Amino acid sequence: MELLITNAIVYDPANGIDGEKIDIAVKDGRIVETSELKDAKVLDASGLVAMPGGVDIHAHIAGPKVNKGRLLRPEDHLRMINRRREGLRPIVGYTIPTTFTTGYWYASMGYTTVMEPATPPLETRHTHEELNDTPIIDKACFPVVDSNWFVLEYLKEGDIQGCSAYLAWLLRSVKGYALKLVSPGSEEAWGWGEGLKGIDDPVPYFDITPREIIRGLHAVNKLLKLPSPIHIHCNDLGSPGNYRVTLDTMRCVEDLSERDRPSLHIVHIQFNAYAGSGWGDLSSGASELAKYMNSHSHVTADLGQVLFEDTTTMTADGPWQYVLHRLSGNKWVNHDVEAETGGGIVPYEYRRRNYVNAIQWSIGLEFALMVKDPWKLCLTTDHPNGGPFIEYPRIMTWLLSSKAREAALARINRRARRKSSLGSIDREYSLYELAIVTRAAPARILGLEGKGHLGIGADADVSLYKLNPYIMDLSKDYKRVREALRRAAYTIKGGEIVAIDGEALNTTYGKTYWVDVEVPEREEERVKRDLNEKFERYYSVKLENYPIEERDLRFPSPLHIRGEGI
Amino acid sequence: METFTGVTCPFCGCLCDDIEVTVEKGNIVKVKNGCAYSLTKYLNCNRDRITTPLIRENDKQVVVELPAAIERAAKILSDAEYPVLYGWSSTSAEAIGLGIELAEEVGGAIDNTTSVCHGPTTEALQELGLPGCTLGQVKNRADLIIYWGSNPLQSHLRHMSRYTIGAEGRWRKSRDDRTLVVVDVRRTYTARVADYFIQVEPNRDYELITALRMALRHEEIEQERVAGVPVEDIEELADLMMSCEFGALFYGLGLTMSSGKNRNIDAAISLVRDLNRWTKFVMIPMRGHFNVNGANIVFLWHTGYPFAIDFSHGYPIYAPGATSAVDILSRGESDAALIISSDPAANFPRRAVENLFKNPLIVIDPHRTVTSMRADVVIPSAFVGIECEGTAYRMDGVPIKMRGIAEPPKGVLPDEEILKGILTEIRRLKRGG
Ligand code: SF4
Repeated sequence: MELLITNAIVYDPANGIDGEKIDIAVKDGRIVETSELKDAKVLDASGLVAMPGGVDIHAHIAGPKVNKGRLLRPEDHLRMINRRREGLRPIVGYTIPTTFTTGYWYASMGYTTVMEPATPPLETRHTHEELNDTPIIDKACFPVVDSNWFVLEYLKEGDIQGCSAYLAWLLRSVKGYALKLVSPGSEEAWGWGEGLKGIDDPVPYFDITPREIIRGLHAVNKLLKLPSPIHIHCNDLGSPGNYRVTLDTMRCVEDLSERDRPSLHIVHIQFNAYAGSGWGDLSSGASELAKYMNSHSHVTADLGQVLFEDTTTMTADGPWQYVLHRLSGNKWVNHDVEAETGGGIVPYEYRRRNYVNAIQWSIGLEFALMVKDPWKLCLTTDHPNGGPFIEYPRIMTWLLSSKAREAALARINRRARRKSSLGSIDREYSLYELAIVTRAAPARILGLEGKGHLGIGADADVSLYKLNPYIMDLSKDYKRVREALRRAAYTIKGGEIVAIDGEALNTTYGKTYWVDVEVPEREEERVKRDLNEKFERYYSVKLENYPIEERDLRFPSPLHIRGEGI
Repeated sequence: METFTGVTCPFCGCLCDDIEVTVEKGNIVKVKNGCAYSLTKYLNCNRDRITTPLIRENDKQVVVELPAAIERAAKILSDAEYPVLYGWSSTSAEAIGLGIELAEEVGGAIDNTTSVCHGPTTEALQELGLPGCTLGQVKNRADLIIYWGSNPLQSHLRHMSRYTIGAEGRWRKSRDDRTLVVVDVRRTYTARVADYFIQVEPNRDYELITALRMALRHEEIEQERVAGVPVEDIEELADLMMSCEFGALFYGLGLTMSSGKNRNIDAAISLVRDLNRWTKFVMIPMRGHFNVNGANIVFLWHTGYPFAIDFSHGYPIYAPGATSAVDILSRGESDAALIISSDPAANFPRRAVENLFKNPLIVIDPHRTVTSMRADVVIPSAFVGIECEGTAYRMDGVPIKMRGIAEPPKGVLPDEEILKGILTEIRRLKRGG
């Protein structure tokens, strides 16, 4: 199909296009030169803003823990309900919507690519079954590897080669896309009900520290030439004073990193940007972290912004979830996965009038406004941990408009307001910068070449919004801006119109990316020997039943890579 | 002759995936590693088999071609105001997903066998959560194993050898490294091999758990016995639980279905939560049918709820006790039913069964069953995990691929294909095709 989008005001930061009126030509699912079109349908986008389809680098949308969240919270499913309509399944849920709802809602906001950032390898067949049933968007998932016994043993031996070959096998076996570290080493400790403090506490029995794990996996990532850096949820998440651990984490790979090449992605950094010594004097560590990031080029981050919502927290960080359960008294699911990882789920409500919650809210925004280069930043809430993804437009307007921030600030806990530096920051994002943190930067960090831009050859994922920066005052009119961002006028995915005026049109399906890294045969053989020797001692399933075949994915899209130097 | 290794047993929630099956000319001739149930399932899979579709005409079931049976089934479902779709615990995740789509399409109610077994587990979990883990964690770490109201030596024959006291794990090498406790109303086979057997009086589990929780907090228990158990024994058990390194509580229908039901599970969850203050403690329900957990899991990502879902309003409504199959049938509200790989006529209450038989009834099953003998449409199906592939979810949530290793009888299709056929036909009928 051919499509010509005319008269849109285009924001395409990867190609330096900043609010220019240019035509976008689409053919066979890709962006092409206008001259290539013969018989195109014309979509007149006068008065609309066009951006590449949104890319979410970190949202828990599918898999065992999300589904346990659904089980845990029947009350959540009553918050948004819509009857089924022709071609669409019913809409159910809010913070942990059904897979179908997830796909429709992302499309309704103009998002077309989403990453599930934490899947236990052993249960990733489940994650893929849910991703298969998540309509419209393209997607991928990241296996959690930091407490994996094979990884811990290879790294303890200093065997980076072996670890690399093993992880190449793992990524292929579970059809994963990037390596995820969750509070490195602590899920193994949690297997005994213990936690780790900082990055130099050794993992019980394995005698290896988070620092060694992070450095080791950093090296593996480079050796395998994976498209995206390691994604790390830092140790001590959620504790007052933890910004120091985050700094330690950033610093600990400084010497291994090349200049100007991001090699460490810190996920939901807000939860790891706390200063103070306890909940009573919790304060912001955002400026220290932003300062470090402003002067170093090897780190990127996503935000993990908090919203004032009754939400569902879920993470592979088992010890943290237990702490949250004890702090809040709320119900608690724990799920440890043999030889690999763990996880927990606790419902939690962030309240405006609560001092701690208000500070958390402020920290996220401070950080987003203090990091100078938006290419280092992606907008997320760590859905659903900080709040549901469907509320992203709220955060977007807080970035675009100091008025929107002032209005929100006026309603939060008074002591927190006095302490917050948000009121003194007058930076406002431009639409160009917004397009970076919601599209271009995440796509670049993920190494998804066809995403996040509208250059020739890019995937034809385009979102159009009823915004006109030449007429509207984005700062003053933030409520209208928010509405416009919530309901994309058109969402185009792979060249097809998939949503109009914030309503998904049909239940079609996107691709699932995974990486297939080729490693030298001798290394592969060695890993096979190790697997044969140890796998069945570690696991409760047979080695031959562990890998997921490509035909188990609805539309698999492998990225073939030659690992180098292994 | 061909021998398949690493085959997953499609019988109980243990989903043992180490079975070796030898197949000759499409028939299973030899099975290794499986337990007695497993052997029976594999070796007798062609006994009492239905091999041709049947339709009832003038009170007699007559043989028809598959398309005719699918058409008839589609007609019944699309004519019905409020059909019930029940079973789903012994089929593949893929088939279950299609079942939900079908229920949405016809505005019916869909339910799986959870509502008659571990429903209380689910309700308690929705209240409190559940501290759990995969079975391999138990195999590698647990030094204390408790079976409560569960008798694996008769119900889940390889559970103990593969995952608990007989398993060799990283930190627990032999039987001596683990303590086994059984709590039950009678001295079961499992109790006879236990290190501690606690005999609880029937229907008094709740009291016993409460006393255990008190003992954990070193509160004085004033009676001499609680629920028939001497207080010293309760205190000793509490000590054992607090001082282990990794404890695992497995519980069965003896706890979920004895008086108190979900309150028993509430109490058990609270107990395990309490224990996590002192040590690591987890609990896992002993699920029966090989994919009953899968049914819950697939229902959840499609609808948000694990069983008992009503689509008559165009969106899912979950109200166990009202929207469960037994209740709808007992109240006589449904006007048609589709039963898949389940035999409710053999175990539902009489009133429910009467209503099931009063209205048009479709059965999809590999075997002849009490239910299928009275059905209006019977569609034979292939055995998932024997004759066709599909995903199943173990009792602890680990997904495992089931393989097709033998040939189904000629012309017999997997559930997935049959349901796709019915769904396509219903959509055709609706569009007036
Ligand atoms: S224990 Fe269950 S799954 Fe294992 S072989 Fe026996 S019947 Fe099959």
